[in-house]
Amino acid sequence: MGKHFSTFRHDVWLPYKFAVGQVFKAFYDGLKEEKILGNQCQSCGKIFVPPRSFCPDCNVDMGDYTEVSQEGEIVTWTLAKEAFFGSPLDPPFITALIRLDGVSCDLLHLVGGFDLSDVTGVRQRIKKNRRVRAVWNDEKQGHLLDIKYFEPL
Amino acid sequence: MGRAVAIIGMGQTKHGRRYDVTYPDLVREGVQAAFEDASLTPADIDGVVFGTMPSMMEGVAMTHFYFADALRAVGKPMMKTETCGTTGMSLAITGYYWVASGLADIVLVVGSEKMHEGDSQATMSTVLEPFYLRPFLAGAPGVFSMLAQSWMERYDIPEDKGREAAGKISVDHHKDAFDNPYAHIKKDLSMEDVTNGKVITYPYRLWDICPNSDGTCAVIFASEEKAKKLCARPAWVKGVGFCGDEYWYGDSDKVAWECAIDTAKQAYKQAGITNPLKELDVAEVYNPFTYVELIHYECFGFCEPGKAAEATLKGTFSRGGELPCDPSGGVLCTNPIGATALVRVAEAAMQVAGKAGDHQIDGAKTALAHGLGGVSQFNGMMILGSSL
Repeated sequence: MGKHFSTFRHDVWLPYKFAVGQVFKAFYDGLKEEKILGNQCQSCGKIFVPPRSFCPDCNVDMGDYTEVSQEGEIVTWTLAKEAFFGSPLDPPFITALIRLDGVSCDLLHLVGGFDLSDVTGVRQRIKKNRRVRAVWNDEKQGHLLDIKYFEPL
Repeated sequence: MGRAVAIIGMGQTKHGRRYDVTYPDLVREGVQAAFEDASLTPADIDGVVFGTMPSMMEGVAMTHFYFADALRAVGKPMMKTETCGTTGMSLAITGYYWVASGLADIVLVVGSEKMHEGDSQATMSTVLEPFYLRPFLAGAPGVFSMLAQSWMERYDIPEDKGREAAGKISVDHHKDAFDNPYAHIKKDLSMEDVTNGKVITYPYRLWDICPNSDGTCAVIFASEEKAKKLCARPAWVKGVGFCGDEYWYGDSDKVAWECAIDTAKQAYKQAGITNPLKELDVAEVYNPFTYVELIHYECFGFCEPGKAAEATLKGTFSRGGELPCDPSGGVLCTNPIGATALVRVAEAAMQVAGKAGDHQIDGAKTALAHGLGGVSQFNGMMILGSSL
């Protein structure tokens, strides 16, 4: 490429305050008590985790919250080895879609609790349909990361 | 379909690390190239469509204001469109709609990115809200790695076979790029280089993943009357498709990916294509990751579901194969992301207009261009033909 003259460092730092809404508030409050809450569409019967304010399929308001299983199966996964700016997670970590028992959609979260440094070892241990269970952090923030990860059973 | 529309000019910058110019100068370079290609001047343009990645990538909000002069858009109607990786296809379809509607005769469509000035993966994470999905996104490679794993498991494709097919795509495209004067990464790789590469997000290794590029692409769309008058070999728009998924990642299947399948159905229907493998001469599939190209072969009906690895290893989609895919080297070698899908359109237009130079597919009459984006939410497609 041509001559590189110079670059000019400039950082944009902007604070945002997002309204959490009543549904995520209820979900977060549940996490503080080590409960995973979902809710069910009264029209199609699907159970969603995290709970939704309206059914994405039927466009109707959702019913009451229900506590769902803390166990489920791995649907798909990846082992992340590289960090990027602003990520709250330090690699290596496994991001996975997890289908909790009785739920109608997959939950995006982490799989962990064992040595992640070796790809071959991870491949042998983690597969589709592998059973996992939620492991909680002792300190709760009222956030999805209150679940430390899902550990293979 | 509205009025007939054709592409009558296309321009690209040299893509790569472009610290030699400011962002507006990079935009101008692509725009001037399109004017030169079409032998037009800014006075001939009725309206301008422009787009990039979301503003958090650019570091400057509302870049169409910043680039108004470079785009020669002052005093003209102007629109901005952004759909992340699909941006270039959304731009092309917007320009096409504008001319097809009869409200404009000649429209300049420009997509641009200067990825080395920002942080692409950090930007990508801001496409997701912070309540739920954002913390877990291991960048775009993470999302599409999970898709690759699902694909192999769904169809019982042995991991080594998937790896080999993805490896062949990487080796072939990095070689193909030598014949593309605009391409960013050109490299002679061995299969071992690819399969032993550093793991980024398993199963993706370094050479499975597109680069960060700086670059601009500009395409000029014209009505039938103007195209016939101004251009010896117009590339006619035969069909377009665009489809989006729900927001919630994990709510739907992305292997037999309805959004991609329906996009192709829409475009094929308009273009009258029933057997894409036979009727298409070349395809520019949006391939930011090797495995993603394989999955789209299946979604677009180039082969049966679960058979993309086999067909790839047989050479069906190689330069001399039945349906050459990404002879430009594709996204895998060149990725100025706001321009990338528009580059697919420009490359497809170059193929049917016989202007693709060293990577020309001889006698190409029908070409497919594809865009993919919104993390993994959108698919878009445009089919171009050498005759009306």
